[in-house]
Amino acid sequence: MKKDYTITIYTENQVGLLNRITIIFTKRKVNIESITVSQSETEGIHRFTIVINETKEAVSKIVKQIEKLVDVLRAYANQAEEIIQQEMALFKIPTRVFAHGGKAEKIVRNHNARVLTMEKEFTVIEKTGYHSETKQLFDELEPYGIIEFSQSGRIAVSKTDKGISGLVGEPKDEMISEI
Amino acid sequence: MNVNIKISEKIMETLTASIKKTEPNKSDKEILSGADAIIRILQEEAVDTIFGYPGGAIMPVYDSLYDHNESIRHILARHEQGAIHAAQGYARASGKVGVCLATSGPGATNLITGIADAQIDSTPLVCITGQVASGFLGSDAFQETDMIGISMPVTKWNFQVTKAEEIPTALAKAFYVAQTGRPGPVLIDITKDAQFDVFEFEYEKCTKLRSYFPVPDYEISKIEEAADLINTAERPFVLFGQGVILANAEKEFKQFIEKTGIPSAWTIMGLSALDTDHPLNVGMLGMHGNYGPNLLTNECDVLIAIGMRFDDRVTGSLDNYATQAKVIHLEIDPAEIDKNVPTDVAVLGDAKETLPELTKRVKSNSHPDWLQRFRDCDKKEFEKVIENELYPSTDILSMGEVIRLISEKTNGEAIIVTDVGQHQMIACRYSRFTKSKGSITSGGLGTMGFGLPAALGAKIGAPDREVIAVLGDGGFQMTIQELATIYQTKTKVKILLLNNEFLGMVRQWQQLFFEKRYSFTKMDNPDFQVVAEGFRIKTNRVIKREKLDVALDEFLTADSSFFLEIMVGKENNVFPMVPSGKCVSDIRLE
Repeated sequence: MKKDYTITIYTENQVGLLNRITIIFTKRKVNIESITVSQSETEGIHRFTIVINETKEAVSKIVKQIEKLVDVLRAYANQAEEIIQQEMALFKIPTRVFAHGGKAEKIVRNHNARVLTMEKEFTVIEKTGYHSETKQLFDELEPYGIIEFSQSGRIAVSKTDKGISGLVGEPKDEMISEI
Repeated sequence: MNVNIKISEKIMETLTASIKKTEPNKSDKEILSGADAIIRILQEEAVDTIFGYPGGAIMPVYDSLYDHNESIRHILARHEQGAIHAAQGYARASGKVGVCLATSGPGATNLITGIADAQIDSTPLVCITGQVASGFLGSDAFQETDMIGISMPVTKWNFQVTKAEEIPTALAKAFYVAQTGRPGPVLIDITKDAQFDVFEFEYEKCTKLRSYFPVPDYEISKIEEAADLINTAERPFVLFGQGVILANAEKEFKQFIEKTGIPSAWTIMGLSALDTDHPLNVGMLGMHGNYGPNLLTNECDVLIAIGMRFDDRVTGSLDNYATQAKVIHLEIDPAEIDKNVPTDVAVLGDAKETLPELTKRVKSNSHPDWLQRFRDCDKKEFEKVIENELYPSTDILSMGEVIRLISEKTNGEAIIVTDVGQHQMIACRYSRFTKSKGSITSGGLGTMGFGLPAALGAKIGAPDREVIAVLGDGGFQMTIQELATIYQTKTKVKILLLNNEFLGMVRQWQQLFFEKRYSFTKMDNPDFQVVAEGFRIKTNRVIKREKLDVALDEFLTADSSFFLEIMVGKENNVFPMVPSGKCVSDIRLE
C-alpha cells in the first residue's frame, strides 16, 4: 500500500549532489511530492527532506540506493507519526477584503495565521502547519481572491533524542524504521 | 561579444599568472601544472597503462604525458568507446583500476557506454575527461558537454575540477572510490585552465571518507544463522557471481563448497572463479544456462547466493523463483539485499572475510543424491543439446565445437573475451576454465562492440596469458576500428570471429517469438579477411570442418595478433532457454 514517507538525508555539501539524489527517484519514475534542502545542525553537513508517496518496499530500496552514494552520510525514511513536521505557506490576498465585515480577518485569526505585511493593494499572510491545515485555509480564502500562493516543502525533525553529529564517521545502518 | 572578450581576458590573466608562478620558489613544495600533477598522481597510484584519445581540452595532459611515456604506457585507441572497453578489459584481467583519458564533448560522451557497462558490472575505472576552460562553462563553448550531468546516473562517483589545486584531492578520492568496496567507474572532469594552472603540489592517497563505508562490518550472529541453515539443509545450492573474483576469494570459496559438499552454479560474471571441471561445479545459471541449475533452483531447500545480484537474466520470473527455499545472501553492497529476491539471512561484508568465518562454522558434509540430480539433468541436456553443439552430426560448423577445441588446445588457461549475443552464450557455456579471471564479458549491460577492445586491454593487463577475443559478426563491426590499435601496439590478441551472417540472438528470438519475421537481422558483411589484412593483421578463414583443427593450431601458435574467421551455421539456436518472463523451471531444451 502506498503511503506518504518523509526521507531525511544527511550529506556532504557538494555541487551536483541534489541531482545525484533525484536521479534515484527519476530512474524508478517516482514522483517527489516535496523537497527541501538546508544546512543541518552540524556545520558542513546538509540535510535533504524529501516526501514521496510509495510502498514501504519501494521506499526501502530507494533509501538503500541513497545511502550507497559516496557523499551521503545517512538516509532515513519515516512515516508521519514518527516525526515532527511542518510546512509554511504564503497567501497574497487583496487588502480590501479586510475592510468590510471582517470575515477574512476572522478566518486568518481562526487558523493561527499571521499577517506579514499589509499594503494598500494587498496583504501577505503566513501560515505554518500541516499540509492539510494550509489546504483548509486556502479553501476558505479562495472566495476572497488569492492573488498569489506559495508553499514550502515539508521540513521535519525526528522524535528521537539523537541528531547526526554523533553518527558522522559511524557505519551506515538502520536505514528505514520498522513500520 | 563583450562577455567572450571578458572571458578570454580572464583566461589570459590566469595564464600569465601561471607563467609568473613557475619561477623558482623557496619552499620545499614542488610547483607543478595541473597537467603535470595528473601524470604524477597516476605514477603515485602505480598506474602503468592508460587508454585514451587526445583532443583540444585534454591537450595539456597529453603534453605532460609526452615526457613520461616510459613510465606510463598510453594506448591510443581509434574511438573513445574502444579506449574505455580496453580499460575495462585491462581492469578485469589484472584486478587493477583501468584508467581512461578523453577530451571534452564528443570524446567524453563516447565514453558513456563503457562507463555504464563498468557500473553495472562493477569494474573499477578512473576516467579523466578534459573540459572547456572554467570561464566558458555554461556558455555552450566549442566541445562543451555537461559531463558531470551526463555521467551521474552511470558513475559510482564523479567530480568536476575547475582549479589546479583541487586535482590531488579529487584524483585521490577517485582512485579510492573506484577500487574499494563494490568497485565501479569514477569520472573526473578537469577544465583546461585547471590543467594549465600551476600550484604547490602535494599528494596523499585517500584511505577514508566519513560518508563512505566500502566494506560493511560483518555480524557473527548472521554467519551463525547462515551456518545453522546450511548444516540442516538437505538440498543446499550455491549461486556464485563476480563478487568472488572481485574479493579475490576464489580459494576461500572453494574451501567452503568442498567442506559442505554443496553443488554450485555460476552467473556469467562469476564464470572461472571455480574450475569448470570441479566436481561441485554444476554449471551456468540463467536464461541460456544449464538445465540442472535452472530446474533445481526451484527444488533446493537452502539457496546460498555469494557475490551475485539476482539479475533478471538469472532469475527469470521472480514470482516463481526459489519460493520454496530459505535464502542466504553473502554480499558487500547492502543495496543488493532484498532488491530482487527476499533474503532470510543477509551476511554483509567482504567474501574474503565472511567465507572463512562461515566455513569454520559449517559441518563437513556431502550431498551425493542431490548432486546426482544435477548429473541426471546434465545427461538429459547432453543428449538433447550439448552433444549436437559440441560434436555436430551435419557438415555445418557449430560455434560450440570451435569453443570446445579452443579450450582443449589452451588447457582452459586462456582468457576468453567475448562480445554479446549467441557466440557469447556458447563461449560461456562451453569454455572450460582452469584459472580465475578467465572470462571477460559484458554481462549486465550486454554491450555489443565490447569484445575486441576489451580483449586488447585484457592482453595488456595480463600479458602472460593467452587472450582470445571470441566475437560475432555483428558486435565485431561495432568496434572494428580497434584492429588498428591492436596492430599499432603490437598486442598479441587472437581474434576469433564466429560468423553466422546474422544478428544471431535477435534472429533466434524472431524465430521463436516473432513468427520467423527476420526483421533487419540479416547481415551482408564485408570480406572480413580483407578488412583485417587491411589493418595489417594476419588472417585465415575456415569454411569446412577438416580445416578447423589445423587453422586453430596456426591461430593459437601465431606469435603476433591473428584474425581467424569461422563460418558457422546461420540459423543455429542457443539452448537451453528460459523464455523471457518465464520461471527458471520452465527452461526449454528445444
